[in-house]
Amino acid sequence: MTKSDRATKPTPIRVLIAKPGLDGHDRGAKVVARALRDAGMEVIYAGLRQTPEEIVRAALEEDVDLIGLSILSGAHMALIPRVLLLLKRQKTGNVPVFAGGIIPDEDARRLKAAGVRAIFGPGASLEQIVATAQKLARHGA
Amino acid sequence: MTRSRRLPSAARAIVDGDRRALARAISAVENGEPAAGPILKALYSRTRQVPVVGFTGPLGVGKSSLINLLVGRLRDQGRSVAVVAVDPSSPFSGGSVLGDRVRFERRAEDSGVFFRSMASRGAAGGVAAATLETARLLDAAGSDVVFVETVGSGQVDLAIREIASTSVVVLVPHLGDEVQTMKAGLFEIADVFCVNKTDLPGAEIAKKDLADLVSLGPSASGWAPPIVGTSTTSPAGIDELWTAVEAHERFLDTSGERSGGERNRLAAEIVGLVRDRVGRELARELGQDPSLRTLLDEVVRRTLDPRTAADRLFRGVRRGP
Repeated sequence: MTKSDRATKPTPIRVLIAKPGLDGHDRGAKVVARALRDAGMEVIYAGLRQTPEEIVRAALEEDVDLIGLSILSGAHMALIPRVLLLLKRQKTGNVPVFAGGIIPDEDARRLKAAGVRAIFGPGASLEQIVATAQKLARHGA
Repeated sequence: MTRSRRLPSAARAIVDGDRRALARAISAVENGEPAAGPILKALYSRTRQVPVVGFTGPLGVGKSSLINLLVGRLRDQGRSVAVVAVDPSSPFSGGSVLGDRVRFERRAEDSGVFFRSMASRGAAGGVAAATLETARLLDAAGSDVVFVETVGSGQVDLAIREIASTSVVVLVPHLGDEVQTMKAGLFEIADVFCVNKTDLPGAEIAKKDLADLVSLGPSASGWAPPIVGTSTTSPAGIDELWTAVEAHERFLDTSGERSGGERNRLAAEIVGLVRDRVGRELARELGQDPSLRTLLDEVVRRTLDPRTAADRLFRGVRRGP
């Protein structure tokens, strides 16, 4: 029952969308969730103020193909690497993670080096996000 | 029994409490992966017929919030709990936004709770095709109680009856007059009625309307569904709700309804599994049948009607190749 077995069948991509940390601005996450739904994905919307522990637990229980983190609070350098670390610890480190929000270029470079597969800032198009999500979910693992 | 007690490794992992193996197996069932079959077969004898408590009722009545509170209560008693929350798939894109985790209290460190969101994937009736077998996996994995939350589209969420041992129908004040409650469907499947949001005006009238309905006569089983008022801001009703669920579970045992109902449900399940397989294989066979094309040509030319064509095709199938 590996992900590669699954890739041979057109089953819906399961993606977790969560907002880590203390940040009440969820409009972006909701817009992305809806765009992914409209692209045929099953979006598990975990909502606001999630701890990294809660996010990785949801990812495991929901057996997602992909995790999208939205963060506008500035705490991305603390929270996102923690999510990546916990994913590795529970042996789900192969689940690709992408992020969106206000993330300066320098931080984005460091997060990508740490394993974040894609980062979208203001102005990223939904088409671009959907296409990347599809690519990561089908081939990224 | 000569059958080996050894389990396939994925099934063994589930019994041993490997949450990742459980999550993967649920996906396999949902996706109809071949890997699901051996796991389900191996684990069936490990299921203990734990209570499966279904929550159904219209959108926004508080099903998720009530389940969340009951989970907290059961965890306080040290019982392990699983939740399957079903939300609709889009008939247009096939996609889905599964939002029931939002109502759920965070228990990141608690291994006694397992929460799974599930898209209906085109199934009518408020649950997904995989929900029944998922509840069984959760039972085999050691959950003492399994909650199933239906889609919540209202009067047609009736498939929960085939899965749940106790079905709770959740309503709120001002949904309609007492004639609504006499309509077929939702009101026929309730083992427990829950009027939620009793902090809102009109709750007493809603409870009275339901009491009038129940007083019209007990169901064929002899069970008269209790009516419980709840508010997620006050714990008293939540205790009463769980007491009502437990009373129904006891009734199932003492009345013999559990074994009787189980037998009927399993018969339907087995027939359904064969029907699905026959349907799938027949569809494939018919798609490749050269006589389909000949018949189709005639139907298109209006020299044959679709029903006669179907009769002929069916006769061909019954005779075999």
